[in-house]
Amino acid sequence: MTIYDMTACVRLIGAWFLGLLRELGRMFLFLLDALVTIFRPPFKFKMLMRQIRFLGSKSMVVILLTGSFTGMVLALQIYYTLRKFGSEALLGPAVALSIIRELGPVLSALMVTGRAGSALTAEIGIMKITEQIDALTSMALNPIRYLIVPNIVAALIAFPLLTAIFDLIGIYGGYFVGVKLLGMSSGTYFSQMETFLKMEDIRVGLYKSLSFGVIVSWVCCYKGYFTGYGAEGVSKATTSAVVLSSVLILIWDYFLGSVLLR
Amino acid sequence: MIEIVNLKKGFGKQRVLNGLNLKVLNKELVAVIGQSGGGKSVLLKHLIGIIRPDEGKILIEGVDITGVGGKELDRVRERFGVVFQEGALFDSLTVYENIAFPLREKTRMEKYEIEARVIQGLEDVGLREMGDKYPAEISGGMKRRVALARALITEPAIVLFDEPTTGLDPIISSSIHKLITKTHKKYGFTGLIISHEIPEIFEVADKIAMLYNGTIIETGHPEEFRHSDNPYVRQFISGSLEGPIELL
Repeated sequence: MTIYDMTACVRLIGAWFLGLLRELGRMFLFLLDALVTIFRPPFKFKMLMRQIRFLGSKSMVVILLTGSFTGMVLALQIYYTLRKFGSEALLGPAVALSIIRELGPVLSALMVTGRAGSALTAEIGIMKITEQIDALTSMALNPIRYLIVPNIVAALIAFPLLTAIFDLIGIYGGYFVGVKLLGMSSGTYFSQMETFLKMEDIRVGLYKSLSFGVIVSWVCCYKGYFTGYGAEGVSKATTSAVVLSSVLILIWDYFLGSVLLR
Repeated sequence: MIEIVNLKKGFGKQRVLNGLNLKVLNKELVAVIGQSGGGKSVLLKHLIGIIRPDEGKILIEGVDITGVGGKELDRVRERFGVVFQEGALFDSLTVYENIAFPLREKTRMEKYEIEARVIQGLEDVGLREMGDKYPAEISGGMKRRVALARALITEPAIVLFDEPTTGLDPIISSSIHKLITKTHKKYGFTGLIISHEIPEIFEVADKIAMLYNGTIIETGHPEEFRHSDNPYVRQFISGSLEGPIELL
């Protein structure tokens, strides 16, 4: 490799790194702008209600399905593991702790990203390429207030609620497998859960779901707002919004989990 | 009055506006013509502060909007109505709601006052019965008419048109041009039309300006334009492939 090749290589890495820094800077400024606008009137309640319905109530079916089957699979797997140690009685708390602390917030967030986050990016992206966002700006109206803030606030409300529903239905999915199919006593399933489950565990799940709500709405809105040109631009933005949101959910889950476990 | 002084803008290495100068007097309707991709829409987006120039000034009623931002820029924007290329109507709102939107969001008007204004706006553009339709349910020509009604609903002092007839058939184009003339007479706004509809635009505008290579190379009344000696203007209005204009 000659000195010229090495210089070109360093230049390429430098350009990539600067591009990454610029993108990250733009993303954080976008979030900051939205967070500041949340507290500035006028508040758009009608749009907020619409987005709560879109992100929340329309995600119910997928949450109910994934929640119940997650609980069922979990109960099945944990039961056979616990049986090896003769501790089947701990099935209830094992299912509940796994779901409330970990699987509930993460899987709910991933499901909502797939169902609503992608649609959010596509909707905002299409508004961008058809100049609807420019039309708002030209009317001296702040597009962040109309398009981004309602989604972030709606996600902050909908994600914890969806997670709570996921948790509940997951625990009952585990109950169905453990008690109805595998013959455990119903009293053991719930009483052990009451002994081992603390308010702290529920709080961990709540913090996670709140932060996932911000991550998903922020990333999906950002990708739509700064979409490229034409249908291809919107399609790329949608894909990258789902991928980035999902990866960030898992990364953030690890870091938040390790901090909250202390 | 709109005054653009030595406006320069580039994207990366590509220079789009290269020292552009243009003056639009009060209540005058000026058409900017030029090649597709020649920077006409970029010019329009500078006027509403969506794009910031690299150099130069844009004076709206004496206020240089290149140096202002936030609420001050919004105050200038409130003087504008904009008709975007494809209409830019909000998909989730009906035609009625689209037209009412600026009044609902920017004024403290009562519901009945807004209704009266919107119905008048719909009548102005000949779409009295279309209020309940969504943008996806109406034709391209109707969308432009709704966009015009929405742009005029706040009775702005300045109206900008970004290729208002692009992609429409000649008859619908002609009806949109007539509508622009009619509403200009009725509301007396200062107007800037970005267009490459030759010769139809000569019947609409008071003055024509031709944009080429990032600058205005000729300005004049439509009649002067028709008889211009400028070889660029002659080639552009004749649509000939032979001449000094390079294809973009």
